[in-house]
Amino acid sequence: MIKVENLTRTYGAFTAVKDVSFVARPGRVTGFLGPNGAGKSTTMRVMVGLTSPSSGSVTLNGKRYADLPNPGRHVGVLLDASAQHGGRTGREVLAIAAQTMGLPKTRVDEVLALVSLTPSEAKRRVKNYSLGMKQRLGIAHALLGDPEILILDEPANGLDPAGIRWMRGLLREYADRGGTVLLSSHLLTEVQLIADDIVMIGRGQIVAQGTASELVAGAGTYVRAVEKDELARAAAAEGLVLSPVGDGFRVDAEAVAIGRIAAKQQITLIELRPADGGLEDLFLELTADTQRETFTEGVTA
Amino acid sequence: MSAVIDTPAPSHAADDGRDRRPSFARLVGVELRKMADTKAGLWLLIVVAVVTVLVNAGVLIFGHRDDLGFTDLLQMSGIPQGFLLPVLAILLITQEWGQRTGLATFTLTPHRGRVVAAKLAAALGFVLGAFVIAVAIALVLTPLTGHGFDGVTANWLGRLFLGVVIGALQGFAFGALLLSTAFAIVTYFAAPMVLSIVASIWTSAGDKLAWVDFGSAQGVLFDPSSPSGTEWGHIVTTSLLWVALPLVIGIWRIRRSEVK
Repeated sequence: MIKVENLTRTYGAFTAVKDVSFVARPGRVTGFLGPNGAGKSTTMRVMVGLTSPSSGSVTLNGKRYADLPNPGRHVGVLLDASAQHGGRTGREVLAIAAQTMGLPKTRVDEVLALVSLTPSEAKRRVKNYSLGMKQRLGIAHALLGDPEILILDEPANGLDPAGIRWMRGLLREYADRGGTVLLSSHLLTEVQLIADDIVMIGRGQIVAQGTASELVAGAGTYVRAVEKDELARAAAAEGLVLSPVGDGFRVDAEAVAIGRIAAKQQITLIELRPADGGLEDLFLELTADTQRETFTEGVTA
Repeated sequence: MSAVIDTPAPSHAADDGRDRRPSFARLVGVELRKMADTKAGLWLLIVVAVVTVLVNAGVLIFGHRDDLGFTDLLQMSGIPQGFLLPVLAILLITQEWGQRTGLATFTLTPHRGRVVAAKLAAALGFVLGAFVIAVAIALVLTPLTGHGFDGVTANWLGRLFLGVVIGALQGFAFGALLLSTAFAIVTYFAAPMVLSIVASIWTSAGDKLAWVDFGSAQGVLFDPSSPSGTEWGHIVTTSLLWVALPLVIGIWRIRRSEVK
């Protein structure tokens, strides 16, 4: 279990992470979701003691990371797959970690097999690895000590669709065996496919958290109409606010309410459904004001 | 080693080291390995050994054998080693930042002071190894020289070793302070040069500068004759200034800074 309590980290006047609290539970995959620069990596670095918090705390199975005697055997960490010495072979990278943790050499072969890196690939130097291979090596590095907790920062980066599917299966199985998995991503679809629980962060603050199904349930109704402006005006007259999502709107109301408004005003609806088509709408909505790109109505990039 | 056999195995079977802190010896072993498992590191180790052999052979072939002895051979070895071992010590520490392997190193061993101490021990191990090689070569070649073992004392050998160790420690300290391979190497070699230039220009301050001029102060250690009390004083003050101070600041910085 990972417990983050009132975590704040400032850099001078800039607040990277502000009063963040959440829990990642054993047996579940927790997705840590947010746009780039939202504070995901900073939070994860604080978890494993690479960055010190300005205030607040993180415990892993009830202990501070620094108090774990042999942390690699309890917490598997992948923060940046590129942060390896390019001159070492993949096998050597794992062998060094195994030696540090006091693991037998056979464990290196086990995890190499687990992440499907072939013996010949493992003999190559890391600088000749593709990003996908580095990512697999990084996951192998995290799994090496057979830890109860996994902390993975953007683990799907650079993996091809088959690789992402493989990782999903791996993490699912890991959680089913009682492990705690926290993975970050800036891609919602990725998190949606893997995570049981979702923690969304934007500009250093938690904007939403809960189980994936809970978050979808609160998503309201999605509507698309030919006469967009008229619909928005009519809905506003009824006290409903339409927020633009894609080329339609999301609204906190029952579908029937929107249907009535449309019927009364003779507005042509092309789509009307519960906004369960994905967390994407919610994600875009929740992070709309925290994103660099301003999301403009009717404009698709 | 646990003699208890019938302890109910936890979910992680046969696991003894799970809650055991990696021993210091193991960390030193890891650091020694990390120096030798990259091309740059391995070549540097090979170069230290090969150059030591070449320098000795060269002196014997091109020098006047009759004027040479054990002391001259060992001093010759000290010249290339004095250059290369500090670079090795710098690399030991800066590669964690240059190659960003610090992310893995410091998550596996969150107590960064232990990692630095292990690296320091590894650096001293390499210095000792290089010194042993130099002594062995000199022992083998001395019978071919005219002066033999004239002037060899335990004191002198100790001073020589101390000189090489302080040099390597200085490299290590600069590496820890600057956390950048290129920056540390350049500073390591440029700082004494700048000081000696200052000393040669500002002659009136010569006596005072001797207390801070690292190169001159430490150079005395390589002379066959024993340093005077004042010279020992110079060695102590310059070591404090150029080794202890950057090392302390460097360790403080490593322990506090964010590893990215």
